[in-house]
Amino acid sequence: MDISVVFLAVLVLSVLGMQVGRSRAMAVAGGQARALHSRAGYYGAFVALATALPAFMVLFLWTAVEPTVIQALVRARLPAEIQALQADQLSLVLTTIENLAYRNIAPSQSQPYLTSAATLMREMHATANWLMVGVCMLVALGGFFLSRGRITVAFRARNTVEAVVKALMIVCSSIAILTTVGIVMSMLVESLHFFAEVSPLDFFFGLVWDPRFAGAARADQTGQFGLIPLMWGTLFISFVAMLVAVPIGLLSAVYMSEYAGPKFRKAAKPLLEVLAGIPTVVYGFFALITIGPALRDIGAVFGLDISSTSVLCAGLTMGIMIIPFVSSLSDDIINAVPQSLRDASYGLGATQSETIRQVVLPAALPGIVGACLLAVSRALGETMIVVMAAGIAAKLTANPFDSVTTMTVKIVAQLTGDLEFNSPQTLVAFALGLTLFVITLGLNVMALAIVRKYREKYD
Amino acid sequence: MTDATADNSPAGPLNSSEYARRLKKRHDAEWRFRAYGLGAIFIGLAFLVTLLWTIVSEGAPAFLQSEIRLNVTFDKAEIDPTGTGNIEDIMKADYAVMVRQALREQLANVGNDRAARAAAHRLLSSGADLQAREIVLKDRTAIGQKREIWLIADGDVDSFLKGSISRDTPEDRRRISNQQIAWIEKLQAEGRLKSRFNTTIFTRGASANPEMAGVGVAALGSFMMLVITVLLALPIGVAAAIYLEEFAPKNRFTDLIEVNINNLAAVPSIVFGILGLAVFINFFGLPRSAPVVGGLVLTLMSLPTIIIATRAALKAVPPSIRDAALGLGASKMQAIFHHVLPLAMPGILTGTILALAHALGETAPLLMIGMVAFVVDYPGGPLDPATALPVQIYMWSNLPERGFIARTSAAIMILLGFLLVMNALAIWLRTKFERRW
Amino acid sequence: MEMARTMTETKAVGASSTEAPKFKIKMSGRGVNVHYGAKHALKTVDIDIRENQVTAFIGPSGCGKSTFLRCLNRMNDTIDACKVSGDLKLDKQDIYDKSIDVVQLRARVGMVFQKANPFPKSIYENIVYGPKIHGLATGKQELDEIVEKSLRGAGLWNEVKDRLLDSGTGLSGGQQQRLCIARAIAVSPEVILMDEPCSALDPIATAHVEELIDELKSKYTIVIVTHNMQQAARVSQRTAFFHLGVLVEEDDTANIFTNPRDERTQGYITGRYG
Repeated sequence: MDISVVFLAVLVLSVLGMQVGRSRAMAVAGGQARALHSRAGYYGAFVALATALPAFMVLFLWTAVEPTVIQALVRARLPAEIQALQADQLSLVLTTIENLAYRNIAPSQSQPYLTSAATLMREMHATANWLMVGVCMLVALGGFFLSRGRITVAFRARNTVEAVVKALMIVCSSIAILTTVGIVMSMLVESLHFFAEVSPLDFFFGLVWDPRFAGAARADQTGQFGLIPLMWGTLFISFVAMLVAVPIGLLSAVYMSEYAGPKFRKAAKPLLEVLAGIPTVVYGFFALITIGPALRDIGAVFGLDISSTSVLCAGLTMGIMIIPFVSSLSDDIINAVPQSLRDASYGLGATQSETIRQVVLPAALPGIVGACLLAVSRALGETMIVVMAAGIAAKLTANPFDSVTTMTVKIVAQLTGDLEFNSPQTLVAFALGLTLFVITLGLNVMALAIVRKYREKYD
Repeated sequence: MTDATADNSPAGPLNSSEYARRLKKRHDAEWRFRAYGLGAIFIGLAFLVTLLWTIVSEGAPAFLQSEIRLNVTFDKAEIDPTGTGNIEDIMKADYAVMVRQALREQLANVGNDRAARAAAHRLLSSGADLQAREIVLKDRTAIGQKREIWLIADGDVDSFLKGSISRDTPEDRRRISNQQIAWIEKLQAEGRLKSRFNTTIFTRGASANPEMAGVGVAALGSFMMLVITVLLALPIGVAAAIYLEEFAPKNRFTDLIEVNINNLAAVPSIVFGILGLAVFINFFGLPRSAPVVGGLVLTLMSLPTIIIATRAALKAVPPSIRDAALGLGASKMQAIFHHVLPLAMPGILTGTILALAHALGETAPLLMIGMVAFVVDYPGGPLDPATALPVQIYMWSNLPERGFIARTSAAIMILLGFLLVMNALAIWLRTKFERRW
Repeated sequence: MEMARTMTETKAVGASSTEAPKFKIKMSGRGVNVHYGAKHALKTVDIDIRENQVTAFIGPSGCGKSTFLRCLNRMNDTIDACKVSGDLKLDKQDIYDKSIDVVQLRARVGMVFQKANPFPKSIYENIVYGPKIHGLATGKQELDEIVEKSLRGAGLWNEVKDRLLDSGTGLSGGQQQRLCIARAIAVSPEVILMDEPCSALDPIATAHVEELIDELKSKYTIVIVTHNMQQAARVSQRTAFFHLGVLVEEDDTANIFTNPRDERTQGYITGRYG
């Protein structure tokens, strides 16, 4: 019995409940639909919900809890000397057993206790599965009959159903919170594991990034995990990106909102926004085959040695990607500046550009700063462009023609390929992710607050 | 007020020649500023055009593929020695020998020199034997017969025909020898070597040979993830938006949810990938590289966007509609589900499609959950290893062969094509159902 | 009763204007037509605006009085669909002529708007904005002088002299409007156009502004659009009545209110519509 089969069975029962509830309601009302408190369909929905919801909850909890429980049970039956192993080695053993039991992957050195534990695990899993099917169906049938029994003429089915639907909606809304909690918790837990092995001081203030390979890691050779070079690379590339995106985006927005006729605006604005719809992996490829070589050739003309994965190349590409982001946000913000301020300036004999530079832009400044902060946050977290177009060597250089690497590049590098959740080489990615999350979160909160305050000012 | 600034006579400061000079400067500045603005827009558009032009000019040739038409004898003794149609025999048979044999017969002048034979064999893609096998798998009557079939030519032959390998390069630095060129010309003259529309790129999966690589498998992976995303994100997002917009009391909890959603919409996508790795794979034990995990991650990513779009759409429905329904004795829930929601639906769908289009192009979180696998076969279900279209593009872009640059560009064209269709659909929905209240 | 009080006041103002029989024509319009797209907003307006007097434009809303006011310094140029034809002169010079620079024109013909619209900058910055862009002052000293003079001219100096660097948007509504007037006179215009300058103000602030208008007319030519007939009667020497895009009649304020020639004017000032 597969989970999906149970799922379908409950679903079928629930649909059946819909019909049964409806006809039951009509029966107790003696065929007089008006006698019922709610319309007959609500009684059907009531039975359907009572059948499906508790059963699905049991199903979900069971699937979530079962592996942990089985693991604990199996662990308790392992030989004493194995149980006495250290936590990380014990978890390795358990993984091996799981692999053997569920995926039929034989361990490199077969031990009798492994095979027996795997057999035990498989048996337990089978038993648990049947138990789950039984419990789920029991709960579903229980809900079905109990709810059917509650149907009377006076029963307020609509109110009950609506209360349940509302509760479901609250659950859906909380997923946003759960996501944030999940992000923070998952990264925090793994980061703490990381900080247990590498001192936070060495991480946050370390000047050298040299993690070594996970496999070669020995006690005396854990590598160095200095954040500073990665942070520098991230900031440097983002700075170049902003240098490209802010002037171009802002001037475009000014032209679109202040000068352009409706026809030009209608044509140019969506075209510029196409840039925002292009996936970042495409930008990465563009940097790789066009911008990188072009910069190298241009550099060669001036006798400059521009690396094909230079800061300039990654920053310029990222800047292009962010142009529409800056321009459409600024456009909205500039449009929110009241016309009366422009009129005041024109009435004093200012030209249009004087009005824009000295009245409109200063008035819009807080909003534009907010937009730029959002753009910076976007640049810091951008991954594909830097993975494809920036370097991999963590360097502390101020030369824009040289190559640097970023936090996101290293997250990708440490988390693709073989993962060992007990080595600092893998865990450092979570510490990097957490750092990135905290920084971008701070920027976003600040930017959104500024933009909101700005909107309120002119509403 | 007796000094010059208060003087209203025509000889005031506004009529001085100095003022006239200044005025000219101001107007010049005006034109310059205007030109900067226009220039900025054109720089942006120039980048767009360059990008698209690069992709199209690099990618377009990949939609044509050089193929060679050969008379292949499907040797019964090799393919089905027992005569029972045993599938294992059919799979194991050496088709390369058969297609090479057919090629040598066609060229007629290869001789027995090992080097010459190897050079001749290199005209065909190393995937040609797979093509031959597929013919047998599709049609068993071919066994023991001679069939005329189109086989994919080697990537270098393709490059040569498309002009990216030049005849003028000295032979020792060229990937195609003079002898091979002679053969190519002979086959062309006989009408047996042609550029044909490339179906491989749409149907096949990852391959080490550019001429055998396709995006079909990756596209199916992407499609599965999008289906999961839409099935989860649309109902959850709409339910959350309805609650927040219509029912939620104004308190600290709902405020928290709001701030949260706005921030989640701006969290870097890679962070969602880390979440997926830690929660779905590490904690819940779902397999890596599986579309179901990708779908879940993309769901969490698209939710904030869908919620924000849905709330905007609900907000746009005037309160008079709600009042009318409530006035007729409908419950609040009925008013919303029967009247407000249907009116808001076009807006919701538009927002959802745009969120999905964004999810379709997302790469970084999928790298985190191990979708970078080298996947040759179509995934059979949401738990099988799969890859996604943008990830396939990323992987191909790392490969040095000339043929892969074209393949990558072609794959990008296909991806952009999907995005274009989705965006066009969203725009169509918006204009068709747009309502001004 | 209400009407009678207005009449006496009107007579007082009218009497003062007749004591200065010599006047110069500052601005004039002949056959002015304005179209907003398909809408014919103003129909063949002929008018003379006298120097150093206050001219009031009255009429029901949508009658075209504000539109005409905005023609006088070409503020309508900023609206794409607006087309102005006919003859509009400032000191016998056609202001719609190609040789006229609209920037220079607006420095000569200033404007004060319905809703006070100080820039979100300091009071000081608000005043010096105009002089700076037109290059009317060199150096801090001259700018300081202009600020003091303009604020004194607008009767605001004593209220704000200690907080010139505070934001202009922090002032009260009436102060903001006087700040806008100070900002307009800082450029030393010849004509000041006022578009319902008191409609958003309370009675006390209105009285302040009205007093100010009366003082300003010795140095500037003032055109004021108003909804409020009593206000027109109190501050203006000449009154023009607009109705449905037509200038119905224009005369000494006293005459308009006591002895209108057209029955539409009669109807409006007696409150039958508007």
